[in-house]
Amino acid sequence: MAITVPRPRLTWRERWYLPTIAAGLAITFKHFKNTLLGRTKVTMEYPEQKWDAHLPDYYRGAPALVSDAGGRVRCVACQLCEFICPPRAIKIIPGEIPPGDRFAKVEKFPQEFDIDMIRCIYCGMCEEVCPEQAIFLRKDYAITGFTRADMVHHKEKLLEIGGVMHGVVLKWNEKK
Amino acid sequence: MPNEPAVQMFNVQIDGVWHRFPKGTRVIEACEQVGVFVPRYCYHKMLSSPGNCRMCLIEMGFPRLGPDRKPELGTDGKPIINWMPRPQICCAQDVAEGIAVRTDSPLVKECQRGVMEFLLINHPLDCPICDQAGECRLQEFSVDYGTSQSRFLENKVKKPKAVQVGPRVTLDDERCILCSRCIRFCQEIAHDDVLGFVDRGSHTVLTAHPGKSLDNNYSLNTVDICPVGALTSTDFRFKMRVWFLKETKSICTSCATGCNTVIGTREDVIYRQTPRENDDVNSCWMCDYGRLNYKYLEAEDRLLEPRIRSDGKLVPADWPTAIGQAALHLKQFAASEIAIVASGRMTNEELWLTAQLASSLGVKCIDIVPRRGRGDKILLSKDRNPNTNGVRLILGSRSAPGAKLMAIADAVRSGEIKALVILKENAMHLGLSVEELARLPALIVMNILRNAATEKASVVLPACGFAEKRGSMVNGKGRLQRLNRATRPPGNARDDWEILRDLLQGIDGGDSLHSIEDVFRRIRETVPQFAGLSLSKIGDLGVHILKIEELPATHPSDEEAIEQAIAVQAARRSVRSDLDRAYANPAESITRQAEAQTAPRR
Repeated sequence: MAITVPRPRLTWRERWYLPTIAAGLAITFKHFKNTLLGRTKVTMEYPEQKWDAHLPDYYRGAPALVSDAGGRVRCVACQLCEFICPPRAIKIIPGEIPPGDRFAKVEKFPQEFDIDMIRCIYCGMCEEVCPEQAIFLRKDYAITGFTRADMVHHKEKLLEIGGVMHGVVLKWNEKK
Repeated sequence: MPNEPAVQMFNVQIDGVWHRFPKGTRVIEACEQVGVFVPRYCYHKMLSSPGNCRMCLIEMGFPRLGPDRKPELGTDGKPIINWMPRPQICCAQDVAEGIAVRTDSPLVKECQRGVMEFLLINHPLDCPICDQAGECRLQEFSVDYGTSQSRFLENKVKKPKAVQVGPRVTLDDERCILCSRCIRFCQEIAHDDVLGFVDRGSHTVLTAHPGKSLDNNYSLNTVDICPVGALTSTDFRFKMRVWFLKETKSICTSCATGCNTVIGTREDVIYRQTPRENDDVNSCWMCDYGRLNYKYLEAEDRLLEPRIRSDGKLVPADWPTAIGQAALHLKQFAASEIAIVASGRMTNEELWLTAQLASSLGVKCIDIVPRRGRGDKILLSKDRNPNTNGVRLILGSRSAPGAKLMAIADAVRSGEIKALVILKENAMHLGLSVEELARLPALIVMNILRNAATEKASVVLPACGFAEKRGSMVNGKGRLQRLNRATRPPGNARDDWEILRDLLQGIDGGDSLHSIEDVFRRIRETVPQFAGLSLSKIGDLGVHILKIEELPATHPSDEEAIEQAIAVQAARRSVRSDLDRAYANPAESITRQAEAQTAPRR
């Protein structure tokens, strides 16, 4: 059913237009004056200026791997993040820690750990599912590259972004 | 059936409902038959029941007897039950008249919770690195019957980790819950008593007997039946998490037994093969030889593209060119100048197309390469060709497989045979040298792997391995079974039946076979044993199409081996009861072990 929308009844001032145009131009000139005098800033001069300091705590940037205070890569290549990742951005090739190694008790480590940052949707599922507290979303948001290959974060890059995480996961201690 | 001896039936009440079961049924099986699952670790239906995990505790009761020694009946006309005041395991209990079980009473639930807590006390929390995670009974039952928190504050017991208990099996003793399934499997199925428990209490560990190693050909079955991640396959260890695997039902093609399998793949890579239960073929087991015989599908020397000989060199070609070239080669020779060597590893469909190819060319000289090895009395057959019976049915050869090979080789040497077609075999197996093969005017090879003979071929047609194609095979016992495609073939390799179909159509110009089902339909018309069947009607478990008397007398060893395996299975049922007794009476089992150690090893 068609609805007839009633047209507003305009006053003579509104029908005349000129006062409204003048009011609009007044606002424009006000901004023009303020900008010339340096009173208002319209743009942030990225990348010389950054908004990093204003990011909230819950900001989800690039996922990254962390090492623990002892220098061990916390990831044990359980591949749960690979499983949960909605865009299938993560690819892990597990390996075995050779006997005699300092961390031989952990047995398993990621030989390769790639996150395709073209695919990543920054959802944070990997962080949530990780049973080892090994993957975290950091605040890095400027992920750029010239090729598709550049956009794949390998293990080294992920560890570089991730840094060291303090606080221990008790279960891999020799005592436990 | 009137002549069958009547089996005594017992009335059993399960969770308040009365059912009837034949005498000899275990209570745990009876429960399962009516859809009541009782959790268990040590019980396995193919093994004896030692009753040592205590997970299958239930409440049991008997009918209350009146003064006249008759069961007192309640208002519903059913016996009134006197419940025993303690729980009881149901894996070692046979059904009896009038017994009643409760599997979900508060007492049972409390027992299950308690058992789970005890099992988890010393179990490491390493699910993230454990290969069993995802198919672990401890994980599953911990969710279903356990608690979410551990009350255990003390340090867990340290035990050996990553022990090479055999060449193909890795043992993690900390994860072991001492169910003894692997020990019983080695004793009862593999007949190779190598595993046992040592030390006492919380420090009990599973280990191989001194000087022995779990190296029998059935060792990887212990990995399958291990309910936790204690025994893991060294081949599969840390390769892939099980939840990524796409599981395709197929059959093993490493011998004539044709064990039913599940192929676990991810992104066209095979990670493992596991046996699939089929009581008529392989029970729940398969041999390590067959299980690990898939690596060649990912070998470096796979043939990846069709090639034709041009100016004395093999150059890559596209499929129509290669097929056209092969057809051209074959058409320029008389029927008596062509020989075809097929393979007992080909499916029925491929063999039928080969037979059609031979008949359209008029070729009489056709045979397969026999492949024989040492059989055992369990599953492995002496005949290592999976489809010798299919060859017999479809190629219709009267003689033993391989009887004509010498004649073919001699005719190649003398120059009588000018064109040789080798399908899925290595021409070197005929006893021909590379030079003799190079002298052939036409050598057409369809194969999976590169070898010295393929380098001398006129046309090379890259084909598919067993996991890359569909089709059917007839095992040594005359059972028609089905292969399914688990992975895609690498490179430009093609399904064998399509290659043969195109070659056949290049020669006779026909155009009626569009799918593998069409081929099967045509087999059905010509081979009476296949009547009324189709690829889908074969089903996952296969159908018997040959009677014992129809099986060839030329190589009875296959059937012998399988019949004996079945006899061993049957004998096991009688052995079961005295093994139970041995487990109940450790002193007796120690004597048995002593006897076993003094006895000479088989």
